[in-house]
Amino acid sequence: MNSRKNVTLWLGIGIVSALLLLMAVSLFYVPYGANEMNIAHRLQAPGRAHWFGTDNFGRDILSRIMEGTQTAFAVGFFSVCIGAAGGFAVGSAAGYLGKWTDELLMRAVDALMAFPGILLALIFVTIFKASLPQTVIAIGVIFIPGFARVIRGGFLQYKEADFVKAARGLGAGHGTVIFRHIVPHVLSSVIVTASLCFSTAILAEAALSYLGLGVQPPDPSWGRMLNESQSYMNKAPWFALAPGLFITATVLGFNLLGDGIRDLRDRRA
Amino acid sequence: MNLAYVTRRLATLLLTVFFVILITFFAFRIIPGNPALAILGTEATPEQIQALEAKLGTDLPLGVQFVHWLEGAVTFDFGESLRYSEPVLDLIAGRLPVTFSLALLALAITVLTAVPLGIAAARRRGKALDLLVSGLTQIGLAIPSFWSGIVLVLVFGVLLRWFSVSHYVPFAENPWLSLRSLVLPAVALAIPQIAIVVRYLRTTMLEQLHLDYVRTARSKGLKPSAVYYKHALKNALIPVVTVVGINFGEILAGSLVIEQVFTLPGLGRLLITAIGNRDYPLVQGLVLLIASIVVAVNFIVDLSYAWLNPKIRLR
Amino acid sequence: MKNPSKFAFRRLPVLLTAVLIVAVFLSACGNNNAGNGSAASPSASPSPSASASGESASPSAEASPVSDAKAGGKVVVAIPQDVDYLDPHLAVAAGTSEVLFNLFEGLLKPNDKGELYPAIAESYEISPDGLTYTFKLRDGVKFHNGSPVTSADVKYSYDRLAGKVTGTPLLASFASVDSITAPDDKTVVIKLKENNTSFLTALTSAVIPKDYKDSNKQPIGTGPFKFKEYVPGQRIVLEKNPDYYVKGVPYLDEVEFRIITDAEAAYLAFKSGEVDLYPRIGAEKLEELGDEFGKLSGPQNLVQELVLNNAKKPFDDIRVRQAVNYAIDKDEIIQGVALGQGVKVGSHLSPVLKQYYQEGLEDLYKTDVEKAKSLLAEAGYKDGLEITISVPSVYPFHVNTAQVIAQQLEKVGIKAKIESVEWAVWLDRIYKGRDYQSTVIAFDGKLNPYDILNKYLSDAPNDFFNYKNPEYDQTLKSALTEVDENKRTELYKKAQTILAKDAAAVFIQDIYDSVAFKKDLAGYKRYPIYVQDLSTVYWDKK
Repeated sequence: MNSRKNVTLWLGIGIVSALLLLMAVSLFYVPYGANEMNIAHRLQAPGRAHWFGTDNFGRDILSRIMEGTQTAFAVGFFSVCIGAAGGFAVGSAAGYLGKWTDELLMRAVDALMAFPGILLALIFVTIFKASLPQTVIAIGVIFIPGFARVIRGGFLQYKEADFVKAARGLGAGHGTVIFRHIVPHVLSSVIVTASLCFSTAILAEAALSYLGLGVQPPDPSWGRMLNESQSYMNKAPWFALAPGLFITATVLGFNLLGDGIRDLRDRRA
Repeated sequence: MNLAYVTRRLATLLLTVFFVILITFFAFRIIPGNPALAILGTEATPEQIQALEAKLGTDLPLGVQFVHWLEGAVTFDFGESLRYSEPVLDLIAGRLPVTFSLALLALAITVLTAVPLGIAAARRRGKALDLLVSGLTQIGLAIPSFWSGIVLVLVFGVLLRWFSVSHYVPFAENPWLSLRSLVLPAVALAIPQIAIVVRYLRTTMLEQLHLDYVRTARSKGLKPSAVYYKHALKNALIPVVTVVGINFGEILAGSLVIEQVFTLPGLGRLLITAIGNRDYPLVQGLVLLIASIVVAVNFIVDLSYAWLNPKIRLR
Repeated sequence: MKNPSKFAFRRLPVLLTAVLIVAVFLSACGNNNAGNGSAASPSASPSPSASASGESASPSAEASPVSDAKAGGKVVVAIPQDVDYLDPHLAVAAGTSEVLFNLFEGLLKPNDKGELYPAIAESYEISPDGLTYTFKLRDGVKFHNGSPVTSADVKYSYDRLAGKVTGTPLLASFASVDSITAPDDKTVVIKLKENNTSFLTALTSAVIPKDYKDSNKQPIGTGPFKFKEYVPGQRIVLEKNPDYYVKGVPYLDEVEFRIITDAEAAYLAFKSGEVDLYPRIGAEKLEELGDEFGKLSGPQNLVQELVLNNAKKPFDDIRVRQAVNYAIDKDEIIQGVALGQGVKVGSHLSPVLKQYYQEGLEDLYKTDVEKAKSLLAEAGYKDGLEITISVPSVYPFHVNTAQVIAQQLEKVGIKAKIESVEWAVWLDRIYKGRDYQSTVIAFDGKLNPYDILNKYLSDAPNDFFNYKNPEYDQTLKSALTEVDENKRTELYKKAQTILAKDAAAVFIQDIYDSVAFKKDLAGYKRYPIYVQDLSTVYWDKK
């Protein structure tokens, strides 16, 4: 069993690092300009000149996929940061202070969770105009309740733990108790959540861009590419295939990573 | 479980739903968009737009509109759709069966596929089958559902023509055709849910197998299959039921979108057209319904936790 | 639960998926204007259509002989939007008129060439001063409820449109009506306050039974089909009108307009055989369809433009507008986005309106990067500038066009940011609020050039271009009252030239209309206005 779990972790690490490498390369080199149009070469099948084929404007799909990794990782990273930071503020306050603060904050979290996500994102993106930073914030905000619940749970669990009581008995201040004694224990579940949220963020960005609300053309985004490819499913299936596969691979990588870390933690505990 | 807790939770639930409606109401009216314009299009004169606004009542102050709406809502009168001039309740009632039958079918597919797969994976832990199942579930979780939906339509609806892709048939009209029109979207919806349930069931089964009573049963010489099906499965299924319960809410939410890919006339398409038309009463009615379902499901899940595991303190 | 976040978050991506609210094509055409006949024509021929017989009005340019073999069957038509009203006098949206065209008729009716021919009327006369119109009604025209059409019904209908009941006209073209009288059962006399050469086309507006109040629930007209059922957001079903005054028309027993807002879904439904007729399928998909389907395509009187806000920096400077015009290569757009299915234009009018079309403006700004750069430098943008192109996300065609334009502008040092907006936002903020820098949109045509060109009038409520030029206003307004046909034509041509010279916008192309249908469906006719005429369609049972 152990070896199997390790496989999960290593597979996750492998996929994620491969994608990171691809992103790093794309910063310095792409085969063609990601936005370079060449109408004469539109919708060419994968071949020597274009490994992944070309899209409806004759743009090189490989180049766009490569630059798309930057979009995907930026969205994943920053939205998770927003979610984690917001979730920490809400969750720690609720868990640590308890009583009516807890009740109030958790009801707010419930409300946010009960709110249909599409409406939330739509309202947000319409008010503040669709673009990359807005998409990141919209996704990040939607992550807050999830992080808040996990962190609150951890605080509830460890607030009453013997070692925390002991620390408090020894005169430790709130800050010390929270950051020295509780946070390290909560951290592992936060990392697991973050890893899984990362993949969700990538799916969400794809969905938003697919709707035409996220990343704006001509900037390369996998979701956007899927959106554009839909009209060419019969004629140019490779156009839809590449972004679909990369979304799936990235999500898979981060899910495996998250599961792997969780197993590691569970085994230690 | 004490009654005071349940009552208090119920009160906060109502409050939650109220907040959701409040936010929907005001946020939705702040953003650009005008129902009269959306109905009449580009050819309308300013007078025509004004006349329609007056007729719809969207020219009144926001506070007044909100109070009007609340007054109605208390008596289950959610007003008339701006776009269709029909009571919101009738429109929702007309679409509800579509979404519900889709969700039920997806749930059925999920359970019927996930339970045997989960058991098989647990029984053959570490074997090829287990690895295959666990690989497949990881992929199932990673594929965007709109993507799998589109691929399913292309393969089964267009290439093979096994299933209908645009024409929804109500169950009462023709059960067989109705099923055919719902199978593909239900499968698209079920894929990630199957993955979740399989993983969950496999884990709980394995946990059960390590427990004393199973070991005892095994040492008493019971056949392995009896151990699996009579003892471990029964206990492993309890938490799975909870997961399936949550999944129902998930599936319901997911069906709102899948309906769009498959053009099923359900609540999701109604909501999305209502948003596009800025049909405020209809959006509010739908959000109220969806939020209520989600909140109610969360509530039931919380309660069932307490019921399953009395160690969780309810405060 | 082991990982609550997973359940909670999974909801989002699923929820956000797959929505395209395809809304109404830009601008409607409830009234279809043909610039037909001079104002003083003594008596219009009963059928100015190409039909040689001339003995009876033909709903299409070529009347085909009636044959029972064609009769029968049902057709499902995919339409991208719901109707706004079933009441033909209240309906404003273009998507509604394409359906109602089959239910209702006016005194006159347009055919597929864009010409007007008498429908409920049998003949008409216009007084030499252009102020009095006298109509003789056709015998044997019946409403769908069985009662014969009388002049009282016509008077009631057009009075209603002129606002004699409520005070405000329902249709702007009826504002110039002074009085409508019905001297006898078969005669209607309409008097105008002032000469209006585009008025005739307003008379294509629907005639409904006198004092009939239920038009929005159970519409009753005189058209080839009658109303059967409407399910909001799903379908409108019409059935054959057996008493239609043109014998043998229509062929079909039933027509279902199925509302499929998502273009992809509509395409799939068509390919899988559930939809028989798919209008406005788009060049991409048309190309993809094999020979097992019938196809038709051609110019449709739909002018696509890069609209520039003439009142907003930097487009308040004519040099910048001209520079953009020089920078844009229309041919590349037509090749790359429309796949060659479009025809280049140079002003706000489609070549479909042959008589009025000013030729030679298409290449007024022949693509010239250097010229564009020097104009920009002159205007003070030597180091380039940044602009935003707002596009309605429901129209991938316009979004794609914006992408090509952004590429072309980059070559002259203009960095264009593309912002896609919801249709409701486009209507409210951009069209009504005029709060934008530039946008890509297409304007669907009318039969009368005045109704197309009047958007650029300084005082037009829908002049969202913020274009203001007194010379243009004067030219167009005198065209409206000019009785002499040749002079009128010249004035319309001059108006187009002014727009082009002012670089009021970048006039790109008339996008071809493409229709796909099942191979054994015959008789479909494309119109230069936004309608679907099902009366000539039949199943070829060979």
